[in-house]
Amino acid sequence: MEGFLSSLVSVAFHGTAFGMILYVISVGLSVTMGLMGFANLAHGVFAMAGGYVLTSMISRYGVPFPLALAIAFAVVGAASVVLERLLYSRLYAASDLEQVMFTIGLIFVAVAVARMIFGTLQQPVILPDYLKGQFPLLGRDFPTYRVFIIAFSAVMVGVLWFGVERTRWGAMVRAAVDNRAMAQSIGIDTGRLFTLTFALGSGLAGLGGALGAEIIAIQPTYPFENLVYFLIVVAVGGLGTLRGPFVAALLIGIADTAIKYWYPQYGAFLIYVATIAALLWRPAGLFGRQHT
Amino acid sequence: MSAHAGGYSANPRIRWIEWLPFVLAIAAFFALPEYLSLGARILIYILYALSLDLILGYAGIITLGHSAYFGLGAYVAGILGARLGVSDPLVQLVAAAAAGGLLGIATGAIILRTRALTLLMLTLAITSVCLEIANKATPVTGGADGLSGIVVAPILGLFRFDLFGKTAFLYCLVALLIGWLAVRRLIYSPFGASLTGLRENPLRMHAIGAPVYWRLVLVYTISTTLAGVAGALITQTNQFVGLNVLGFESGGELLVMLVLGGVGRLYGAFVGPLVYLVAQDFLAKQFPEYWYLGIGAMLIVVVMFARGGILGIVDSIVRRLWRRA
Amino acid sequence: MNLRTTWKIVAALALALGAAPVSAQTVKIGVVNTYSGPNATLGEYIDKGIKLYTKLHQKDLPPGVKVELVVRDDGGPNPDKAKQLAQELIVRDRVQILAGTVFTPNAAAIAPLTSEAKVPYVLMNAGGSVLTTLSPYIARTSFTLWQSSYPLGQWAAKKYKRAYIAVSDFAAGHDCEAAFEKAFTDGGGQIVGKVRMPLANPDFVPFMQRVKDAKPEVLFAFIPAGKQATAIMKAYGELELDKAGIKFIGPGDITTDEELPNMGDVPLGVITAHHYSAAAGRPANKAFVAAWKKEYGQDSNPNFLAVGGWDGMDAIYTAIREQKGRIDPVRTMEILKKYKNPNSPRGPIAIDPDTRDIVQNEYLREVRKVGGKLANVELETIGTAVKDPWKEINHKK
Repeated sequence: MEGFLSSLVSVAFHGTAFGMILYVISVGLSVTMGLMGFANLAHGVFAMAGGYVLTSMISRYGVPFPLALAIAFAVVGAASVVLERLLYSRLYAASDLEQVMFTIGLIFVAVAVARMIFGTLQQPVILPDYLKGQFPLLGRDFPTYRVFIIAFSAVMVGVLWFGVERTRWGAMVRAAVDNRAMAQSIGIDTGRLFTLTFALGSGLAGLGGALGAEIIAIQPTYPFENLVYFLIVVAVGGLGTLRGPFVAALLIGIADTAIKYWYPQYGAFLIYVATIAALLWRPAGLFGRQHT
Repeated sequence: MSAHAGGYSANPRIRWIEWLPFVLAIAAFFALPEYLSLGARILIYILYALSLDLILGYAGIITLGHSAYFGLGAYVAGILGARLGVSDPLVQLVAAAAAGGLLGIATGAIILRTRALTLLMLTLAITSVCLEIANKATPVTGGADGLSGIVVAPILGLFRFDLFGKTAFLYCLVALLIGWLAVRRLIYSPFGASLTGLRENPLRMHAIGAPVYWRLVLVYTISTTLAGVAGALITQTNQFVGLNVLGFESGGELLVMLVLGGVGRLYGAFVGPLVYLVAQDFLAKQFPEYWYLGIGAMLIVVVMFARGGILGIVDSIVRRLWRRA
Repeated sequence: MNLRTTWKIVAALALALGAAPVSAQTVKIGVVNTYSGPNATLGEYIDKGIKLYTKLHQKDLPPGVKVELVVRDDGGPNPDKAKQLAQELIVRDRVQILAGTVFTPNAAAIAPLTSEAKVPYVLMNAGGSVLTTLSPYIARTSFTLWQSSYPLGQWAAKKYKRAYIAVSDFAAGHDCEAAFEKAFTDGGGQIVGKVRMPLANPDFVPFMQRVKDAKPEVLFAFIPAGKQATAIMKAYGELELDKAGIKFIGPGDITTDEELPNMGDVPLGVITAHHYSAAAGRPANKAFVAAWKKEYGQDSNPNFLAVGGWDGMDAIYTAIREQKGRIDPVRTMEILKKYKNPNSPRGPIAIDPDTRDIVQNEYLREVRKVGGKLANVELETIGTAVKDPWKEINHKK
C-alpha cells in the first residue's frame, strides 16, 4: 500500500507539472479561438519559438534563466503581433478551411525555418544550479525544476485570471468573446483588442514552451507532434474560457502520466478515446458555452 | 468554401476533356516506364483526394482525420496478405473497402452531429486512436516497424506485381477509373446537388425538410469506402504498410494536395496530387530539408491569393482570355 | 603499299587501341539514408562517414573507375518510402549497389527488392538481427543489437542479481530486451521488471519513477541514439536513480559520442557495451578522428554511425577494386563475404561468410571526463570477434 501511495503521489505530481505546462501553452489558443473564432492550429509554433529563444539565450549568450524566460515571452509576443497584423488579420473573415490551411502552411514554414537555423537535434536545456536536483516537500523528494514549474505556472495563472476578471482589458475581452458585434457597437476597438490578446496568448505560449522545454522537447517538428494535445485541451476545456482548459489540462496531464506509469502498453490510446467520449458528451467542451 | 466554377451541372454526360487525365496516364505508361511506381502512387493519391473532396469540397466537412480510413484499408489488405494468408488482391480490395465503409458509417453517425472545432477535433482523435492501435498491436500490425511480407497474388492469376510497377500502375488506373465514374455520377445527381445545399446553407436545407444528417452520413460513408480502397491499393503496390498511412501528417498532406489542386472541383483532386507528388519527387531530392518551407509558403500564398488552387488560377486565366476574345 | 606495311600498320593500330585506357567506368551506389525529420542527425553521421571515406580514398580506386553516390532521403522510419526510393534507385537510376539505411524497418522493406533485382545491399546502420536473413544480397558492416546487449547481459549477471529493463517499443528495442534478458537470466540474474516505452515519447520521468520504485540494482535501457538518449539521461538524473544505487547500463546508443556534450554530468559512470567509441586509443581510430575533425571541425566527433558508413564504404571499395569496376552482383557478394579489415577504427572486423553479418569486438566502456569533456572510455574487450548471438542461438542463416 505504501508503494502504491507513493506511486500515486508521484503520478499526481508529475502529471500536474505536465498539465500546467499544457495549460500555459494552450490558454492563449482557447482565448484566441473563442475571441476571434480563428482556428489557429499553428499555436504550437509559438510555444516552440519560445523554447528556442530560451535555449539560445542561455547557451549562446549566457543569459540568466529568469531573464531568458522573460525574453522568450516578450520576443514571441512581439513576433506574433507582426504575424497577426500581416497575415492573420486578413483571414478573420475567411472560411474555416482557409484558416486551417493557412495555419498548416505556417507550421510547415516554421518547421523548415527551425531546422535551417537550429538543426534537427533537440535543444539542450541548461538549468541554473538552484533549479536542479531534488526539493524536499512534505517529507518526499521531488525534482526541483518540476516544483518550480508548478509554482511559477500557478502564479502566472493567478495573474492571468485576475487580469481577465478584474481589469478593463479583461472586461473588454469577455465582452468581445460573448458578443463581438455588440462589443464593437459600444465602441470597443476589437481590432486592437484582437492584436493585444493574440500577442498575450502567443507570448504565454512562448513562455509555456520555454518553461516546459524539459518536458516537451524543443525540436523542429514540435508543432506537429504536440498539436493534438493542445487542441484536446482547448476542445475539451471549452473555447473562450479560462477555467475549462485549466481543468482539461490538469486532467490530461495526470491521465497521460498515470497511463505511462501503470499501463504503458496502451500509450495515448486511452487519452484519445477519453477525448472522443468527452467531446461527444459535451461538444462545446466541459466548460464551454453553447454559441448561438 | 468560397464560390467556385464547375461543380453541379445539369448535364451529366462526360465531356471529352474529362478523359484527358486517363489518356495522359496511358501515354505515361508507354512513355515513362521508369516512373511507373511514382505514377501508381499519384493515381492512388488522386483516388484518395477524390474521396476527401466528396466530403470536404462538396459536403463541406472539414476533417484532418481522413487518413483513418485510408490507413484502415491499407492495414486490412496488409493483414489479410501477411497474417491470414488471403493473397487474392481483389478480395483484399473488397475487404478494405468494406472496412472503410463500416468504420465510416460508425464514426460518421457519431461525429456528424457536431460541428466546427469539435468535429475537427473528433476526426483528429479518431485517426490518432487508429494510429495508436496500429502502433501497439504489434503481433497483428507490425507496430512501429510496419507490416512486411505481405503476399499479393497475381491479379486474376495472370498479372504479377513486378519490380517495375507495370501491373500496379494499370491496376490502380482501373481502380481510379471506376472510382472516378462513381464519384462523378454521384456529384451530377440530385443527391449531389443536395450536397451543395448542405455545404452552402445547412439551415435552409433543414427548412426545406431535407434530411441533413443522414445525407452527411451517407456521403461520408461513400467517401470512407473509397479511401479504404485507396489504402488497399497502396499496400498492394508496395507490398508493405507502415504507420505513416495513419495520423495527422498523412491526412494533412492529403489536404494540402487537394487545396493545391482546387477544392470542390472534382479535377482539383487530379491536379493537386499530380503536381505535389511530382514536385516532391524532384525537389525533395535536391533540397530534402527545404521541401516543407516551399510547401508551407505555397499553402499560405494559395490561401491568401489563390483560394481556388491551381484550377482556380486556370479558371481566372481562361475567363480573362474569354473576355478579351 | 605492300602486304608487310599493311600488317605493320594493322599491328600498330591494334597495339594502340589495345593500350588505350578503358573508358571511364562509373560505379553507381544508391544510398537510402535519413536526411530530414527528427532523426536526420543519425543519417547525417552516416553520410559524413561515407563522404569522408570517398574523399580520402579516391586514389585507391582502379584507374578509370569513378564512384557516383546517388543519395535519397527516407525521412525517418518510413518503410514504404524507403522501399519506393530503393525501387527508383534500381529501376530509374540503375544503381549497382545499395547502401546506407538508419532504420531496421526501412531496410526490411528494401530487402525483397534486392533479391528480386539482384542488387548487393550494404547495411551501414540498421541493427535488427533478422535483416541479413531476408535476402542473400544483404551484407552488414554496422552491428546488431544482440551483439552489444548479449555480452553486456553476460557481464552484468556476474556483478548484479536484480535488473530492470526499459526499452523503446520497436524492433530494435525488442531485440535489446530479448538479448539482455536471455544473457542475464542465463547467468543467474533476475529481471524484476520490464517496460516498453513509446517510441515517440517526450517525457521519460514517469518511466524512471517506475524503475526507481522497483528497486533493482541495475537498469538496462535502450532508446534510439540521439535526442532521446539525452532525455532519458536527464530523467535518470532528475529522479536521482544513481543515488538510489541503481546502476545505468545499456548498449552504446544511450551515450552516443555526439550527444554526450548535451547530457551534462549525469552520464558519468554509466557503463555501456558497444563496438565503437570515438575516444578509443588505437592508431587507426586516432587517424580516423583526426581526419574527421580536420574535415568537419575541431568540435565535431564521429560516432558509431559514422564508422558504419566509413567501414561500409571500405567493404564496397574492396569489391570495386577486385572487380576493377565491373560490378557483378554474385561476385560482389562473394567478395563481401570474405571481407576482413584488421585496422578499422573500431578494431578488427570481418564479415561472416555464413550469415553475411558483421563480426567485431565489443568493448565495455565507462563514461569518464577526459580533458574536461565526457567520453566513452574503453575499459576492456568483453567480446572478441562476436558473431550475432541471435543467429547463433537460433541457428539462422
